[in-house]
Amino acid sequence: MVRVVFTPNLQRHIACPPVKVEGRTVREALEAAFADNARARAYVLDDQAALRKHMVVFVDGVRIRDRVHLSDAVPDGGEIYVLQSLTGG
Amino acid sequence: MSERILVATRKGLFTLQRSGSAWKIAGADFLADHVSMVLADPRDGSVHAALDHGHFGVKMHRKSGNGDWEERAAPTYPEKPDDVVDTDQWGRPIPWTTSKIWALETGGPQEPGVLWCGTLPGGLFRSSDGGSSWEFVRTLWDSPRRKKWAGGGADLPGIHSICVDPRDAKRVQIAVSCGGVVTTTDGGETWDSAITGMRAAYMPPEQAYDPDIQDPHRMVQCQATPDRLWVQHHNGIFRSDDGGKVWEEITEAGPSTFGFAVVVHPNEPDTAWFVPATKDEKRIPVDGQVVVTRTRDAGKSFETLRQGLPQEHAYDLVFRHALDIDATGHRLVFGSTTGSLWVSEDQGDSWQTVSTNLPPVYCVRFG
Repeated sequence: MVRVVFTPNLQRHIACPPVKVEGRTVREALEAAFADNARARAYVLDDQAALRKHMVVFVDGVRIRDRVHLSDAVPDGGEIYVLQSLTGG
Repeated sequence: MSERILVATRKGLFTLQRSGSAWKIAGADFLADHVSMVLADPRDGSVHAALDHGHFGVKMHRKSGNGDWEERAAPTYPEKPDDVVDTDQWGRPIPWTTSKIWALETGGPQEPGVLWCGTLPGGLFRSSDGGSSWEFVRTLWDSPRRKKWAGGGADLPGIHSICVDPRDAKRVQIAVSCGGVVTTTDGGETWDSAITGMRAAYMPPEQAYDPDIQDPHRMVQCQATPDRLWVQHHNGIFRSDDGGKVWEEITEAGPSTFGFAVVVHPNEPDTAWFVPATKDEKRIPVDGQVVVTRTRDAGKSFETLRQGLPQEHAYDLVFRHALDIDATGHRLVFGSTTGSLWVSEDQGDSWQTVSTNLPPVYCVRFG
């Protein structure tokens, strides 16, 4: 299982509590997290399902490299943080 | 006459109500959020607000009558095929994602629930269910002429004006910065951008009259005489008397022909108002004086209206959607980048200050 935690700033717009999901990549884990919270998906991913320009994702403290396909691996028991980037917005 | 004004700003949506003879801020929604566009739909009493959350993207909210705000579907671009290379006329990539909602208009009176939405990077959307869902107008997106579009002040091209012909709701005209004026007469199945007369001094001389690279800042249509359209263009003021095919340039209009906003009287096609600014890169009022210019003779002459407006060291710029006129043609409102808001109840002869402390104003609407 993977734990996904969303920035508290997102909670102002939409409920997005931490969730535990299955997933071997960031894409699999996030899609699983959004399966029961479809509206939240559009707050994190853009129309092409890439990470929004001013969002950032960390896996066990390391920023992911693939912002388009979200192919970075996630180990079992890992933790994904979905945060706002300090750029733009 | 309209007794309510909606004001979309960088830090929320404000509702003004007329109380006695004065206008007061009666409510605020979405405080601290960018509200790029607002629309009141007189057909069902609903209000639509487009929010830009920056980090979290563009969202749409709808309020039905006296109900609460609800988030609705936002216009969403289709999946971009991997083998498609999409660039603007400067060769810069066009992202297939909604980056701003820049135009929102109702369909015809006989089309309840129909809405049109213009966006950056240039996609047009249509809803047939009051904004619960949106259909991407693929015919316009796939048109070869879109390849010539480019950003003006923004990095991306955008649709900022949508005019639905009151005689025939299938005839819809859009204005694009930068992409000229594009018309459909069949509800969006086909599009034509063949216009003459608009001039772009920012292009090489041989391309100055190319219809697809024009930068209309705002286009409005007279409701009683729909063949009369007015455009405040990057290069000045243009008027069409034939439904937007041929455009005549107006070269003199008070302190400046440059600006962003224009409104036309709903019943008097020769009467239109503008808010001039110093041209091009110096986007401030001429001589630090906020004025409105008005023509009553189709642009042959202009009056410069300044009663009640600041005339010393005022640096308010008025964005393209931040000037509106009510359905009677008597009341006008405009708001500025520095948070001032003025209302006139005598066609611009005099103005009352509603606020000088609002956030930067993006859009004002009676209704």
